[in-house]
Amino acid sequence: MSYPSLLLQLAQNALVLLIAPLLLGWTSQCRAWMQNRSGAGVLQPYRNLNKLFHKDAVLAVNASALFRATPYILLACMWLAAALVPVLATGLPLSPAVDVIALVGIFALARVFISLAAMDIGTAFGSLGARREMLVGFLAEPALLMVLFTASTISGSTSLITIVETLAHKPFVLYPSMVFAAVAFIMVMLAENARIPVDNPATHLELTMIHEAMVLEYSARHLALVEWAGALKLLAYTTICIALFVPWGIAETGNWGALPLAVAALALKLAGAGAGLALLETLSAKMRIFRVPEFMGTAFLLAVLGLLTHFLLETAA
Amino acid sequence: MFASFGVLPMDVILGVVVFWLALGTAGLVLQNSRFITRIIFPLGALGSLVLAGAALAGLNEVSTAILPLGLPDLPFHLRMDALSAFFLLLLGSASIGISLFSAGYFHGMPKSALGPLCLEYHIFLAGMALVFLADDAYLFMVAWESMALSSYFLVTTDHDHPEVRRAGFLYLLIAHVGAIAILMCFGVMHGGHGGHGGYTFDAMRHGQLPAFWASVTFFLALFGFGAKAGILPLHAWLPEAHPAAPSPVSAMMSGIMLKTAIYGILRVTFDLLDVQLWWWGVFALALGLLTALFGVIFAAVQSDMKRLLAFSSIENIGFILTGIGLTIIFHDSHKEALAALALTATLYHALNHAFMKGLLFLGTGSILHATGERHLGKLGGLIRRMPELALLMLVGALALAGLPPLNGFVSEWLLLQAFLLSPGLPQPYVNMLVPIAAAALALAAALAGYVMVKFYGVIFLGQPRDSSLAEVHDAGLWERIGMLCMAVGCIALGVFPSFVILHLDFVTEMLVHHSLSASAAKTGWLLLTPIEAERASYGPLVLLLIIVGGSLLTAFAVKKFYHGRVRRGPAWDCGFPAQTARMQDTAEGFGQPIRQIFEWYMGVVRQVPAPFDRHPHFHSETHDLLWNIFYAPAKRMNDAAGKLMGKLQHGRIHIYLLYSFVTLLALLAFVR
Repeated sequence: MSYPSLLLQLAQNALVLLIAPLLLGWTSQCRAWMQNRSGAGVLQPYRNLNKLFHKDAVLAVNASALFRATPYILLACMWLAAALVPVLATGLPLSPAVDVIALVGIFALARVFISLAAMDIGTAFGSLGARREMLVGFLAEPALLMVLFTASTISGSTSLITIVETLAHKPFVLYPSMVFAAVAFIMVMLAENARIPVDNPATHLELTMIHEAMVLEYSARHLALVEWAGALKLLAYTTICIALFVPWGIAETGNWGALPLAVAALALKLAGAGAGLALLETLSAKMRIFRVPEFMGTAFLLAVLGLLTHFLLETAA
Repeated sequence: MFASFGVLPMDVILGVVVFWLALGTAGLVLQNSRFITRIIFPLGALGSLVLAGAALAGLNEVSTAILPLGLPDLPFHLRMDALSAFFLLLLGSASIGISLFSAGYFHGMPKSALGPLCLEYHIFLAGMALVFLADDAYLFMVAWESMALSSYFLVTTDHDHPEVRRAGFLYLLIAHVGAIAILMCFGVMHGGHGGHGGYTFDAMRHGQLPAFWASVTFFLALFGFGAKAGILPLHAWLPEAHPAAPSPVSAMMSGIMLKTAIYGILRVTFDLLDVQLWWWGVFALALGLLTALFGVIFAAVQSDMKRLLAFSSIENIGFILTGIGLTIIFHDSHKEALAALALTATLYHALNHAFMKGLLFLGTGSILHATGERHLGKLGGLIRRMPELALLMLVGALALAGLPPLNGFVSEWLLLQAFLLSPGLPQPYVNMLVPIAAAALALAAALAGYVMVKFYGVIFLGQPRDSSLAEVHDAGLWERIGMLCMAVGCIALGVFPSFVILHLDFVTEMLVHHSLSASAAKTGWLLLTPIEAERASYGPLVLLLIIVGGSLLTAFAVKKFYHGRVRRGPAWDCGFPAQTARMQDTAEGFGQPIRQIFEWYMGVVRQVPAPFDRHPHFHSETHDLLWNIFYAPAKRMNDAAGKLMGKLQHGRIHIYLLYSFVTLLALLAFVR
């Protein structure tokens, strides 16, 4: 492990932590523009976080230690996940410790903790949210795993770094399997980040909410950490999407000269992804909760189809 | 370690077996409940520790012995090789915690019941150790049966309840159907060559069976051992026997005894048979996946905490069988490195399951002691009354959910890696099957998370669902020490996988003639790299440190830059004024989505109130469809046959004399 690469890892850790709310703000702003509203500005998430951190935390009388610890664990998990995805350069020293399967495991760890915390107070909404979150999760997790498996079998590795390097080096070829995988991934991403059509982050409507129902009892700094973790999760998913499907422009190991170009490419791609997400959310309507298993089942099937396509069509050559 | 004293590890293990038997007898004779719980069970745990140490020392050597016991001219053959040693290590290390827990758990038991229980418990332990050591079919069956019978008596400890007797009978029945199949399996291998000493495993190893008879042997072994392991459709006893047995016994049966069946399958398939055909592997793989999915889906809809864990055991056995199937496929295709990887994942999961399921079953015992309640719908909020138990159980629940950095994840990771590396198998259809199998495995693993959130959330979190829960006490000291041993095992197996794999290599070297050590040693102990560093690596210690460090850093930074003020108030719950414990999800409520999605695969009986019902009553029950398909017809046939036989019996002596006369005539006519 060399000092420059360690520096790069630290820089990436700081970078993802700081820009995660920006991506959230940009997506909301794009959505506002598409819906003919003026919007709160891209910096609104930072203002929200600052406000929440200043407030006094109010805990329910029967909140246990698990409830208090969860926001910190959640933030640490999502921070780690976002810091692992090669966004600017591929030589990240942390990356050998966590491959794509472990990355899915980290998302699952965070999901289990927030669901448990939601059940801790013992309110009707908390357990409702936990149940729905686990319902979405148990279908989203294997779908995500299958998408990552498709990329892994193409590149012959489960290390994200190797996957990105292999895919970025290949000339532009449209893998049919990756098309299936991309569609499945976007569906999983919408569900896992509590976006329309699966969940709506902007409402507290009892009958439909999932994520918001789980965090109802959190306030002040705990809520701020949960929201920050949410922003980091969105960033992690977006950067995984970029890394898998449009990896071009990333700086290779040791190639420091390519870094400015990589920064510009990343900014452009993130802006595009945020706008695309806003467009998807604007064009679709929130679906009934009973339809969510079908939606997630479709994503899972598409992902498996992608992997099968790869095994059938692309390995023969 | 032992060699320096001139003692072979196997001698030490035999010594422990004798020690256990002596302890059990002492308990039966003395019948002093304080002596049994405070001296005998802790001494038994010490025996387990010594056994584990001896097994660890004996992993890399083969020793044999012949005991002049048994029938004349049929001595007992013993042999300890890497496979035996690994499973003995599993037995020893996992039973330390269970015996220590038992010291606390059985304390309040009447001494008339405690004496026999102590004897059966230690015979059970000794029987399992002998199963792993046996090197001939005779000793194997003797050990196997003493294990089955002692565990039957342990299951029926509370035999005052009719449902416990029923569960015990079902267990005994299926165990013996399985035992017959195992005996037949040995018989086929014995028949292959005949001659002297044909009942020893050594003779069977040299018997060259043709492919057909080898297949017959394999399927008989799969059926026979599958009955003990709970492989579909022979799983029916598990969800009945586990809730009936006292919790340490459930822990021992689920954590360790099920693994004796895995040992048997591995021993017959890879050691005693000299050919392995790939289609056996496909069959085992498919059956394993079905078992895993079945187990986890049914676990999600249970409302009895021990039944839930029993179904989860079925799931984990499915996982292990999947690994065995994959190993056979790779082994037959001469992909030895991949076979070693799949086998490592299989063995690792067996070891993991012993610790995590043992821990959770022990925990249910403490809950049962404190609350007297097994039904999830009457528990809740125990984290506030039993904080230490809740912490230990959290470790077990997270491990069983397969989450990093705990142990369940490591074996899952290894198995998924084995699937990922499978392209390029010679059989095109198998090649196609692999991604589907990987998807099914991933689905089962994700559902395990659902089950564990339900299990932990409904028992420990939320508001107490019953007013009697307000004054429960935390688990006793012995119980907590026992569970701590298991929890430490879960964490250590999760965080230091490279050390574990170093020892598993002896087993894979023996069974599939390849090991992972060469590639694992290159990158040091911090990272787990089963194939090559570029292909895949996983560093659980780094992951754990980062998550813990990140959490602490965040907590520190928030306090430093802002403040740490906190107030307590009533729960908000969107401003709804009345919040009672009955408004939380029950176990049925939490499992409802799964029941909705998979309703087609289970028999759901539902009673829904009509719109104008004055006293609306909703009732829903989930049944095992496989019971209706396999067991109910068998029972009906048995009953019909019994009735038919009954017609012959009249209780009049002259009719019986007539039968004798007719039989005699028929025999005379036949023999002439």
